[in-house]
Amino acid sequence: MSIKVDNVSFTYMKKTPFQVNALKNISFEIKDGDFVGIVGHTGSGKSTLIQIISGLLKEYEGNVVIDGIDYNDKKADRTRLRRLVGVVFQYPEYQLFEETVEKDIAFGPKKLGLDEKEAEERVKVAMDLVGLDYDMYRDVSPFQLSGGQKRKVAIAGVLAMEPQILILDEPIAGLDPQGRENFLELIKSLNECGMTILMVSHNMDNLVEYAKRIIVLKDGELFMDGTPAEVFADKEKVAEASLNLPEVASFCDRLREKGFDVPDSIIRYEQLKDYIISTVGGSYDD
Amino acid sequence: MIKNMTIGQYFPADSFVHKLDPRTKLIITFILIIFVFLIHSLPGYISMVAFLALTIAFSKISFRLVLKSIRSIWFVIFITFILNIFFLKGEEILFEWQFIRIYREGLIKACEMAGRLVILVIISSMLTYTTSAKEITDAIEILFGPLKKLRFPVHEMALMMSIALRFIPTLLEETDRIMKAQTARGASFDTGGLISRIKGMLPILIPLFISAFKRAEDLALAMEARCYHGGDNRTRLVEYHYKFRDLIAFALTALEIVIILIAK
Ligand SMILES: Nc1ncnc2c1ncn2[C@@H]1O[C@H](COP(=O)(O)OP(=O)(O)O)[C@@H](O)[C@H]1O
Ligand SMILES: [Mg+2]
Repeated sequence: MSIKVDNVSFTYMKKTPFQVNALKNISFEIKDGDFVGIVGHTGSGKSTLIQIISGLLKEYEGNVVIDGIDYNDKKADRTRLRRLVGVVFQYPEYQLFEETVEKDIAFGPKKLGLDEKEAEERVKVAMDLVGLDYDMYRDVSPFQLSGGQKRKVAIAGVLAMEPQILILDEPIAGLDPQGRENFLELIKSLNECGMTILMVSHNMDNLVEYAKRIIVLKDGELFMDGTPAEVFADKEKVAEASLNLPEVASFCDRLREKGFDVPDSIIRYEQLKDYIISTVGGSYDD
Repeated sequence: MIKNMTIGQYFPADSFVHKLDPRTKLIITFILIIFVFLIHSLPGYISMVAFLALTIAFSKISFRLVLKSIRSIWFVIFITFILNIFFLKGEEILFEWQFIRIYREGLIKACEMAGRLVILVIISSMLTYTTSAKEITDAIEILFGPLKKLRFPVHEMALMMSIALRFIPTLLEETDRIMKAQTARGASFDTGGLISRIKGMLPILIPLFISAFKRAEDLALAMEARCYHGGDNRTRLVEYHYKFRDLIAFALTALEIVIILIAK
């Protein structure tokens, strides 16, 4: 499912003294099955952009076309768009409201018009995906769970709608490293099954490992766009957008200062490991 | 998704009206609201409008914002107008059609009531546009300070008020966020009959209450941790002192009152 963003601008609190031009003439296209990371300094417009792509903010300028359907089109099939696009907000655990985990996860599928049985199937699959045992948790109140488990329930609630595009706004904020790893592996496997992923994150290390493409926003404008290697190779521009380098890249910088001739293209742990092994000699086991 | 709210909102600026002592603004607002009901003549209304125009001019608040505050309650104004014009009986009939009769007195009364409402809205929104919630609660606390002698918990009331005011924008933001999250899960809030609408609100209300309670708990804990204790011997971060400009404001208000009383 391709996403086409064409010359989109957005202003908050239009015509008041608090007016903010949150997005300025943004255009890009995301192809089916891509894994795109959106990064940028706080206030650069990331959340605004994904809310527009999810169809939650209206009255923007420009066009957003998803799988050939334009949100602005009066005749657009909104239910189909809802079905296509799933959104996981920052701290999604705050959207839980039902008495039991099962009911909460089934909320979305039922709104899509599925009957009890189909909804139950979906709940099982979604809970399995996020790693919650169905029989153990189905009748538990979501409010009794720990923070990490609540988040799993919330994400399962979105996955149960079986979206083809999954949009995530800083989904790993506040998770422990193990939780992050698990979560990103889940997203990666969903992506490998063909789901298009659009993820806002502050964690560059995770993005270079998982994203296939990175879009950098700065002050509401599209500042950089390319593969992680391309984006992080331009260190000046990355600094200009007030972004951190991935740990590996800054480590390579330090090596360079010490006189090692490390190529610019190294940004991931695997690459660094391979490079060190190939230059120093030895094997993985060392 | 929540419509941009302007009523009760503060628009910071560096203007004569903004810089007035909040106590001054509160007292003047109070006096004006009382005296609006004592105006009964055209010159009285004209002087009031002139007074407000002057206030707006010296506040750097755009006229558009003032109009916006009126627009948000236009329905109430409209209903008041309609009720007065159709149901007030008088002597001189201006217009008659079947059972509808409009009297001259009715028309005048309707205009007067609508005009008063507009003036009241402008007065109160000028207070909130130019005075932050913090200043307003401080002013209330100082002005009602003497009631402490009667064991009335002035400080606690003021604190409650300022916390409530402080959290209104946060709660609105939260509501907006939750609404978006539930919309993305296929919820809809404005379709169906009354029952299904009320049921449709649950996915918003429940998370909202939970997070409000959580916030209250966090705030209580944070206050506790910083050794907060109420009322006595607390000093204020900002001390308020009347300045010359407050004298000017009071003088102009006094002049306005005199005009209203004379024009009667
Ligand atoms: N509901 C809102 N009302 C007014 N301004 C907003 C609102 N949401 C965001 N903004 C402003 O829009 C800009 C972009 O915000 P956002 O998209 O949330 O950025 P990011 O997610 O990259 O931190 C910021 O300057 C922010 O202050
Ligand atoms: Mg954000």
